[in-house]
Amino acid sequence: MVDRTSLFGAAEADGIVRCDACPVLCRIRPGRAGACSRYANEEGRLVRTDPLVLLTSAVEEGRPVVPFLDAAQEWSGEVTPAEPVFVTAIGAGTTYPDYKPAPFIVGSRHHGVDTVTVVTEGIFSYCGLKVKIDTDRHLGPECAPVMHEGEQIGHVTTAEYGSQMLSLGGVRHLTGGSKREGSVTCAAMLALCRKEAIEVTIPDGARLSIQAGAAPVVNGVRETRMRVGCGSAAIGIFAQQFFGHVDEVVVLDDHITGVLSEHQAGKCLSMRPTGLRVRGRRSTPGRYFQVAHPGTGWGGTDITDPLTVLESIDPKLAWPGMRVLMTSTTGEDALYLELDDALRPIPAPMPEAVRRTVARIGENCEPAMTSILFMAGAGGSLRAGVTENPILLTRRVQAGEVRVTMGGAPCYLYPGGGITLMADILRIPDKAFGYVPTPALVAPIEFTLRADLYAALGGHVEHAIALSALIERHGAESLAAPWMSANPWPDAPG
Amino acid sequence: MTDWPPPQRCLLPDGRLHLSDGPIDLVIGLEGTRPAIQSAREAAFRALCGVLPALAAELPLLRSPLLGRPPEAKHPVACRMVEACWPLRASFITPMAAVAGAVAEHVLAAIAAVPGVSAAHVNNGGDIAVHLTPGASLRVGLAERPDRPGLGPVAHLRAEDGVGGVATSGWRGRSFSLGIADAVTVLAPRAAEADAAATLIANAVNAEHPAILRRPAEELDPDTDLAGQGVTVAVGDLPAPLLEAALDAGLRQAELLLARGQIRGAFLSLGGRMRVTGTAEIATLGAPAAFLPEGAGRAGRE
Ligand code: SF4
Repeated sequence: MVDRTSLFGAAEADGIVRCDACPVLCRIRPGRAGACSRYANEEGRLVRTDPLVLLTSAVEEGRPVVPFLDAAQEWSGEVTPAEPVFVTAIGAGTTYPDYKPAPFIVGSRHHGVDTVTVVTEGIFSYCGLKVKIDTDRHLGPECAPVMHEGEQIGHVTTAEYGSQMLSLGGVRHLTGGSKREGSVTCAAMLALCRKEAIEVTIPDGARLSIQAGAAPVVNGVRETRMRVGCGSAAIGIFAQQFFGHVDEVVVLDDHITGVLSEHQAGKCLSMRPTGLRVRGRRSTPGRYFQVAHPGTGWGGTDITDPLTVLESIDPKLAWPGMRVLMTSTTGEDALYLELDDALRPIPAPMPEAVRRTVARIGENCEPAMTSILFMAGAGGSLRAGVTENPILLTRRVQAGEVRVTMGGAPCYLYPGGGITLMADILRIPDKAFGYVPTPALVAPIEFTLRADLYAALGGHVEHAIALSALIERHGAESLAAPWMSANPWPDAPG
Repeated sequence: MTDWPPPQRCLLPDGRLHLSDGPIDLVIGLEGTRPAIQSAREAAFRALCGVLPALAAELPLLRSPLLGRPPEAKHPVACRMVEACWPLRASFITPMAAVAGAVAEHVLAAIAAVPGVSAAHVNNGGDIAVHLTPGASLRVGLAERPDRPGLGPVAHLRAEDGVGGVATSGWRGRSFSLGIADAVTVLAPRAAEADAAATLIANAVNAEHPAILRRPAEELDPDTDLAGQGVTVAVGDLPAPLLEAALDAGLRQAELLLARGQIRGAFLSLGGRMRVTGTAEIATLGAPAAFLPEGAGRAGRE
């Protein structure tokens, strides 16, 4: 077992601690950091500048974070403490490059299985954020740059169901462009990973404020609802409820605008043709493409006056008193019209039954959210800190025999070569991310596997320390955080 | 004496080399033929080996103020620190004022000796040693505040400018400062001189005002080379005339060094105000970023 006490220096008079991690042998006063800023003196103890985070599973949600070993739960010397503890890599530190064993290799028992968790912070030059923004509003054309503080930090990618995807960061913005582009990108990613809000702009598109887990703000307006479906889907879902209360429904959408009487749903209800024709290209009966340009008006179109989408009303089919509802796909915007004797559409008070169905469209919309996945590759040298033969680790990870977590959060492993993973940043504890001036993000990563498998992989078994010993040694400078109940406990796989 | 592990080395994804050893953190950019770059990387690593332990052994001497006779340093880097600071001893100075620049310069010298390297820079936490052959150029961003890199104007260096070192100092930076400058960036023929001069000029940007908070250096760091001096820990709102006067005091110091040929140019910034002196590359580009054309706020290799 490696002796790490030397890493934690020696105490001197006046609360000064001496760091002996390098020949400078800084003597550090309480509350100050050493010459390299990597080590600091916190109340007489030498600590890494970010505290290691220990997650305990039994602490109830919402209970405040407590120092790990309080008097009530003195360490009893068992193999595992009373509450299961998982050591995260947050604040574990890393060597760069990682030819040395990872900072912490922890042996413990979970469900009676001898388990090893290798804990390290990874420096991820190859990393980015996949951002899903629930909105129908037009944010910008595909491939458009996403700008932050005057630099391009990413681009607009595909439109998904009721949402728009952005790809932010990545190695080309971090280190492939100018130095400033790199630092701005790094700072923006770090802020988002720390669950903070940032503003981005898309030239010829929208100005956005995004924050993981919060509603996106598009051009200063907070999004509230995600659309229930495209215009055609909305017609299909609510046709029955509109039937009998209106003669025609137009659901405006930048993708497919639906017209009820012409739509299959209307036909099934034997609705009378209304002669109402909307602009755009008819795809199939009652379904229109390109009724309007994308924008920030009704239903993600540039329409603010819905009457402008009505191309014509056929006098041979329409009739005075015909009742028409126009609505967006979220029900946020709706207009009720009746035709006068000259067959002109005149806005009229919306009947109660119609209002209820419009409200129901709204109820069926989910709250709009910004969700952010962190995506990164655990590259060459990081794995060397885990085992002497990195490819074996890669193979076992790919085979599902090694559980990879980031600050305890589950990761999705991309199939194919390497260890490329994605994690929901909302499931990663606060303050998990840092950066190095490279620029690159520093993120925690833990590999958990059966102890026998670890030995077979050529793991640095001789550096493994028991969980109890780790807690004893570093518990005091660690933060105990409640386990996020949404995350599965990272047992070693099978 | 303990055997210390060698410096850590790593290639960054963009091809720059990262070397680190304790507080030394070097990011090295190289240009030239492919074999030359490979040998230069190796040369840089070898040059850094042993530097930190050797300097650590001479720390007591290097932390003493320069007075009377030049101290006899042993390691070449320690000698350069003394050499660079010696002409500045009319003000309080210790050789530590040049440590970052001298280390960068030492590693750069090993790189420049490799045939086929056309341009190189060694960035030691903001103190940069530069090697340019004719035709090569480097853009260096001048920070208005070192804690907010990326803002501020850009100096465009070419071989014929005779600038081999760029260094920045200020109270927000990583070493102590006696002055109140947000940032003083100096261009000098060599990095150690740039580092020492930046320290000195930043110390000279100073004023007395209740909003300036100072603490005895030894209260912050028991081993400081500035024992007995008050180092700046916070600067509150200061009246405009005071800011102007402080900047002018720094400018006088800079112009003195400029006249003596010790530096090529300096850029001083305090509370959003600035002063510029010296060679054309800094004078012409010494406008705030807001007045520069799009993209000029960037810094990096060209
Ligand atoms: S604090 Fe940093 S610079 Fe100081 S001795 Fe420790 S590792 Fe070296």
